[in-house]
Amino acid sequence: MELLDIDQSMEELRESFKSRKTRSIAWRRSQLKGLQGLLEEKEGDIFRALQEDLGKPCAESYRDEVGTVKKSLNLSLACLEEWTSSKKVRLPMVLFPTSGELVAEPLGVVLIITSWNFPLGLALEPLIGAIAAGNAAVVKPSELSPACSSFLATNIPIYLDNKAIKVIQGGVSVSEQLLDKKWDKIFFTGSARVGRIVMSAASKHLTPVILELGGKCPAIYDTLSSYRDTKVNMLKDRIQRNYGNDPRESNSMSRIVNKHHFQRLRNILKDPKVAASIVHGGSMDEDTLFIEPTILMNPPLDSEIMTEEIFGPILPIITLKKIEDSIEFISSRPQPLAIYAFTKNETLKKRIVSETSSGSITFNDCIIQFVVDALPFGGVGQSGFGKYHGKFSFDAFSHEKAVLRRSFITEFSSGSPPWNDFKLGFLRAAYNFDYIALFLMLLGLKRS
Amino acid sequence: MNLGPKMPSSPQVFTGCLGQAGLPMIFFLGSPKGNYFLQPRLSLGQFPKFLAKSWAREGHAQEPQTRDSKRLLAVQLALGVSEKAKFDSVSAASMVEELRESFASGKSRSYEWRMSQIKMLLNMVEERESDIIKALQEDLSKPELESFISEISMTKASCKLVLKELKHWMKPEKAKTSLTTAASSAEIVSEPLGVVLVISTWNYPFLLSLDPVIGAIAAGNAVVLKPSEIAPATSSLLARFLTEYLDSSAIQVVEGSVSETTALLEQRWDKIFYTGNGKVGRIVMAAAAKHLTPVVLELGGKSPVIVDSNINLDVAAKRITVGKWASNNGQACIAPDYILTTKSFAPKLVDALKSTLENFFGEDPSQSKDLSRIVNYNHFTRLTKLLDEDKVSDKIVHGGQRDGKRLYIAPTILLDVPQDSLIMNDEIFGPLFPIITVDKLEESFDFINSKPKPLSAYLFTKDKMLEKEFVRRVSAGGLLINDTILQLTVDSLPFGGVGESGMGSYHGKFSFDAFSHKKAVMYRSFGGEAPVRYPPYTPQKLSLLKALFNGDIIGIILALIGRPRK
Repeated sequence: MELLDIDQSMEELRESFKSRKTRSIAWRRSQLKGLQGLLEEKEGDIFRALQEDLGKPCAESYRDEVGTVKKSLNLSLACLEEWTSSKKVRLPMVLFPTSGELVAEPLGVVLIITSWNFPLGLALEPLIGAIAAGNAAVVKPSELSPACSSFLATNIPIYLDNKAIKVIQGGVSVSEQLLDKKWDKIFFTGSARVGRIVMSAASKHLTPVILELGGKCPAIYDTLSSYRDTKVNMLKDRIQRNYGNDPRESNSMSRIVNKHHFQRLRNILKDPKVAASIVHGGSMDEDTLFIEPTILMNPPLDSEIMTEEIFGPILPIITLKKIEDSIEFISSRPQPLAIYAFTKNETLKKRIVSETSSGSITFNDCIIQFVVDALPFGGVGQSGFGKYHGKFSFDAFSHEKAVLRRSFITEFSSGSPPWNDFKLGFLRAAYNFDYIALFLMLLGLKRS
Repeated sequence: MNLGPKMPSSPQVFTGCLGQAGLPMIFFLGSPKGNYFLQPRLSLGQFPKFLAKSWAREGHAQEPQTRDSKRLLAVQLALGVSEKAKFDSVSAASMVEELRESFASGKSRSYEWRMSQIKMLLNMVEERESDIIKALQEDLSKPELESFISEISMTKASCKLVLKELKHWMKPEKAKTSLTTAASSAEIVSEPLGVVLVISTWNYPFLLSLDPVIGAIAAGNAVVLKPSEIAPATSSLLARFLTEYLDSSAIQVVEGSVSETTALLEQRWDKIFYTGNGKVGRIVMAAAAKHLTPVVLELGGKSPVIVDSNINLDVAAKRITVGKWASNNGQACIAPDYILTTKSFAPKLVDALKSTLENFFGEDPSQSKDLSRIVNYNHFTRLTKLLDEDKVSDKIVHGGQRDGKRLYIAPTILLDVPQDSLIMNDEIFGPLFPIITVDKLEESFDFINSKPKPLSAYLFTKDKMLEKEFVRRVSAGGLLINDTILQLTVDSLPFGGVGESGMGSYHGKFSFDAFSHKKAVMYRSFGGEAPVRYPPYTPQKLSLLKALFNGDIIGIILALIGRPRK
């Protein structure tokens, strides 16, 4: 995209925001309903685009991208009045008569840079928050999922207000141009490496950011050590049930997104010590970007597969003498986006919660925390900062403005110079909320 | 090996010295205070302690081992300088590592530890009140009562709030789950971020150092405080007392200026909390970006006061005067910066302000003990430059007198300075008060919105409609109607900026939240299995999934009995 186009787009977005139209509840509602229409009417196109970019089966597409976004839309539409109304705040009596409230207002024009692995979901989920909060927005989809990027670029202008919400496609140079501009917030989903670049660019304009990054999410599996082989067999069994005898033929498995990532994963497995630890799978086909569900048993801890985020269908299993050692193992590594733990041991659960740090923890399941609106979704440390989903999305794109109202009725001269000991005493009492002393002093029955 | 007197190592600081054409240099050597460039290096009183601390920090024994190094130390002490006293990247890295170990031990997470530290902090403020007031006097000529209200009382109030509420704040918050995730429970757990850095400023050097530190401790973190070198007496007091009263294995103070701050910013922190200006705020955020460290930036801006004619003028004039001149003499991030009022009302307002000024500070404010001074000569020249600009100096309607030796500038009111003047574009941070007149008061909203978003905006009016429009249209960190600066004292409201005035907020529970990670924890039971989630995916599973997401009970039943909705 031309630099001029970006400047023109931004100008238009700023004008739209300045006109205050995006602040109206009616406008926000119409946009959210527009997105509902998009998901309903173009479901087929969505499934096709995801198939094309990722070989994603329809059920996964629905479960992870369409269904989740629809759910968020329903929630946002239902809660919009509540979220946008101001909240009264309790104040200390010593300030009577004063009232306080918190007013949520939009930040302005925001930038959403999204990732390729859930190209629709990760673009639309933050967009819902941006719209609900009353902002104008630009979505920059990932160029690594071109069919989805193109789907968004074609359909968003049809279903939404093109003067306030735009999709700008492109690769690295477009991202760089966008990051050069002044935004009121940047929401980034992607890798830590690019996260640093985004935050660094944002710092030039003091733009607040949310970084949804990744990490190595561990799954702790209790009662494993002596049943090592059993666990692997159980996994093998499950893989076979899910994907059949030849997963390559299965319609239920996504592909690797592109050759670059395919080669990255293949190289990870090339390390002889790593290759030697394969206990299941390992076959791959570059033409179809297929990698079989692969299980490793105790690859070396300093190998790339154990130090970098895998982001592929390879599952290393690390065995420990005691399951409690997993806490130390996890804590000595960068904080991940999620920790999973399968256990019935309540003591272990408590220890995991208090002795590890991660974006989130889920006991006895995986991924599911993603669909719970009441839970904030976001990382900590190297897995990012900021959060969204449900009302957290609305908050992510709002400024909570504090408003205090005083009346002219009461005015205590003790609050102003020239200062003296009486006034000092009065203020001491006020700060201690010592109402009796204040009362007495007001009546002249107490000096200080 | 450099045995000579240490000059400021940073080129910026050095240029600053020379750039003022030598005058400040003479001033520094002559005056008892304000020599912030040189003090950290050459103040003999501070050095042995600073040395000892930095030696201990670097793992050196308190006594040098060899005869040569002993001799070296004696020479260096005599000159009042030391190679070892320099706080550089290596010292910073080693300090952070120690604090990480301390944090990893889990001690700062315990409720008891947090409460004990806050209790000790409260004791410190109560026991050392007179020392604190003295330091503030020395740094800012701050009247005792101002120090008391704005710095001491508020710090105590923050401590007391934590002591009262911490148990409640630390409790996990239950979160609701839905039909799609039946047979689960969920909660949000607040956990400390780890090792955090608080960089403070000079105008409320005590409060703005301790208030964030209180939040960091309450949230269970280890913390390093870097107080401002522009308030050296307070900086040194904090270094001394925090070490004495608090657990120094988890709470440390680093004094110094640009190079020490740079060394600190090179490290990886779990959060950085910065109070100051936008220029340095950008540097802090850029440094934080390298390590993906989240930041809170409490910056400033030009906080406008809109004054309607429909008011109680007497009370309004008092409240505006207190906000502007009785709060560190305008050197506050939320001090009213400029006034917007109608052309017709301006003369009345000016008269009211003049008479209030006289009531508060007497006929000659330079003789009043109740007015803070300008913090140092650097800021004095900055402010006089604003006043002396062409087309500005002739707009003075009150005040304008100044005395460089005493760092005094009279409370000054100006009327209708040009919009492109420096005084209308930079944050004033001083006792100069421009009044901009408009024809209709509503024009002031556009005026404010055409400038960067400020930390605060004020409105004086009895007109409810105007009030509503103000809240609706003006964006700022916080708004206050019919008073000034009070929002600082309300801990149930978040205090922070938006846009150029900053990001993030604190005070009260917001401080606790600022230094916490809100961790989502979900508990699933092994029951309530939904095979619909698993491959192989079939059209029936797809329908069931759709129905589940929509909360469509009938749809679920239909799908289950094999007659899915289309």
